Amino acid sequence: MNGIHDLGGRHGMGPINIEPIEPVFHAEWERRIFGMFILAFAGGHFNIDQFRHGVEQMAPAEYLSSDYYEHWLHALELCCKANGSLTDDEIQSRMKELARGDA
Amino acid sequence: MSSKHSHEDHQRDMALRVKAIESLLVEKGLLDPAAIDKLIDLYEHKIGPRNGAKVVAKAWSDPEYKERLLKDATSVIAELGYSGIQGEEMVVVENTPAVHNLVVCTLCSCYPWPTLGLPPNWYKSAPYRSRVVIDPRGVLKEFGVELPDGVEIRVWDSNAELRYLVLPMRPAGTEGMNEGQLAELVTRDSMIGVGFPKARKGE
Repeated sequence: MNGIHDLGGRHGMGPINIEPIEPVFHAEWERRIFGMFILAFAGGHFNIDQFRHGVEQMAPAEYLSSDYYEHWLHALELCCKANGSLTDDEIQSRMKELARGDA
Repeated sequence: MSSKHSHEDHQRDMALRVKAIESLLVEKGLLDPAAIDKLIDLYEHKIGPRNGAKVVAKAWSDPEYKERLLKDATSVIAELGYSGIQGEEMVVVENTPAVHNLVVCTLCSCYPWPTLGLPPNWYKSAPYRSRVVIDPRGVLKEFGVELPDGVEIRVWDSNAELRYLVLPMRPAGTEGMNEGQLAELVTRDSMIGVGFPKARKGE
């Protein structure tokens, strides 16, 4: 499928944003999603093709406007929902609990 | 993202969502948070482009190693202890006065983790991925790199199975330097192909 991820040769994506001194991660949540992905992958919860397919199912506008590790978050969620490890309801209610500070 | 939704709000939402997912997976016994900490430390502090620099410096110093490296990169790089996830199959491409090599992953972010660590953001971003395959000279200019017109540029598109490392040209005037000194000259960008090694000190 010629999806939005197939970027080679596309025009109009703008200048390259080069950070001269770039940290490995830009936020704590990036560290956590990275670690979770590697562990879940190494633990056989999904394979690399399933994960990449998850990234490639993002809506095109969202794919282009989001940060790189948001792609990973999207794919990790899809894989966890597909194999029954997580549901949307669980994620939503845990987010509310955490926001209230009671989890 | 609407204009009312600031970058800070968005970052807070991401952090909350990731925290929720981690706490649920840990609660269900599917993830060990200490193992996550160890992995983060490994890729943030221990695995990085200094590994690749040692491979390059050895290739510059040892013609026999270089010959084997260009034929069978995966196992020859593994001799130095660099192998595993996201570097399972490696190819080393050599820069010469006539050929300059450049690496991209147009589809996503494939990159040789054992030798270079995790990729910088620009490598994973749409501008680099889209343009480097149709306008490599223009892209190189953005990195401050200009090549003579006669030099052929080869762009290598990485994929899930195969990862590339560029073997840059050894800088002039470094004949007396040992491997350790040479490794100091090798930059991450020179092993992706968007830069050159540092010149010898004082030049």
